[in-house]
Amino acid sequence: MTENHTALYGEHQKAGASFTDFGGWQMPLKYSSELAEHHAVRNAAGLFDLSHMGEVWVSGPDAAAFLDYALAGKLSAVAVGKAKYSLICNADGGIIDDLISYRRSDDKYLVVPNAGNAATVAALLAERAAGFDVRVQDVSVETSLIAVQGPNAEAILLTLVPAGQHPLVKELKYYAAVEVGITVRGTVHELLLARTGYTGEDGFEIYLPNADAPALWQALLASGTDQGLIPAGLAARDSLRLEAGMPLYGNELSVDGHPYAAGLGPVVSLAKESDFVGRAALAAIRESGDGTTTGRKLVGLKGVGRRAARGHYPVLKDGAVIGEVTSGQPSPTLGYPVALAYVDVAHAEPGTLLDVDLRGKAEPFEVVALPFYRRQK
Amino acid sequence: MSKVAPELQYSAEHEWISTDGSSPSTIGVSAVAADALGDIVYVDLPEVGATVTAGEPCGEIESTKSVSDLYAPVTGEVTEVNTAAVDDPAVINSDPYGAGWLFKVAVESEGPLLTAAEYAAANGGGL
Repeated sequence: MTENHTALYGEHQKAGASFTDFGGWQMPLKYSSELAEHHAVRNAAGLFDLSHMGEVWVSGPDAAAFLDYALAGKLSAVAVGKAKYSLICNADGGIIDDLISYRRSDDKYLVVPNAGNAATVAALLAERAAGFDVRVQDVSVETSLIAVQGPNAEAILLTLVPAGQHPLVKELKYYAAVEVGITVRGTVHELLLARTGYTGEDGFEIYLPNADAPALWQALLASGTDQGLIPAGLAARDSLRLEAGMPLYGNELSVDGHPYAAGLGPVVSLAKESDFVGRAALAAIRESGDGTTTGRKLVGLKGVGRRAARGHYPVLKDGAVIGEVTSGQPSPTLGYPVALAYVDVAHAEPGTLLDVDLRGKAEPFEVVALPFYRRQK
Repeated sequence: MSKVAPELQYSAEHEWISTDGSSPSTIGVSAVAADALGDIVYVDLPEVGATVTAGEPCGEIESTKSVSDLYAPVTGEVTEVNTAAVDDPAVINSDPYGAGWLFKVAVESEGPLLTAAEYAAANGGGL
């Protein structure tokens, strides 16, 4: 498989990052210590290169109606300037990807699929566009994405924004986006700034052309270091999102699973009048109760002991297998093991004591409500 | 950059063993292993009095991201374990050849061991 590098690969090398393959990209796993990077995001700020993710522009008179058809949510209801988390499903209701869409104008949306699914989603959107007056433009390869996440993220970002535009940043709400001038090498560039993230902290994601990415990365570090900003890799990104109870495509979400079992029923808009791909199957699944009143559903598990549950470990009740872990590790912020798992609905109530087979040894875990961690506002 | 302590011997599975002739011998994991694991959060060591067998797993080291088997580089009886490392596994990352030692064995026989130079060469560089 061809190994892709983002425009920031040189920066990561300079910083001494250890790399890992993710979705066909060589990405920084960690720079110093994944624990230090995790704590920095919770206490100060972390700087993430997310340029491996996809960016697809959907524009034209039918853009809103098209996305209502192509995705599971009601994208036409999103106000201009806002964003929405949604799913793209197949005809069986299986999840092809989870993604965020930003409505930039009445007839223009930016859709952001996961790195490993970017090409698939872009192609699928183009295919589903038949019959709609819409243009689907995959700009993933030329677009970089830098995230600043943590309580100091706003203060750090403001050092690069002209004073007259500070209110735009300060007043930007969660799940909203705005074009803002950000100073890079003495020049102000209008960049798309979104108040979204995958860490459970306040933070921003900045979309920009590849050519500008290294300079912005350096500028953020130059002014952010005083406020505790450090680069953070995928290891920290994973432990942060797990604590925040957020699903990871490939772990909690897959084409073999459907939204209801993953707790994402609210993301599916059966109430919207338009037909959409997967509608009939999803309606039938919801009717059947699979993933809610029958079958297995996604729950949070908290370790009673010190050993962490890991992906694919069996979940047991009185020695019988009643589920499987999808993600798990020790929680750096909370100090105990946390995991996500699909378990039989009969044993899914918070407070239920279960066991996880930890490499041959049954260790106790308690079902808890998600998220494990919620930031103080 | 990970380092290799020149005065020790190593197994291919990244354990080190003291060679100063004293018995029992001290065993730990190399900086190469500790760096690859990432932040170590838990270590499961053999019990004092247990016999370990060269080349066989005798415990586990767990980091935030993964779990690895701990192999015995020699055969013999475990005489002591480093409870400080059990209580605070971060010392294995910060001082793998010193305070991060793991256990001591009265050696009956050795498994295949590499010199520091051989281990370093097999792991991406010189001493």
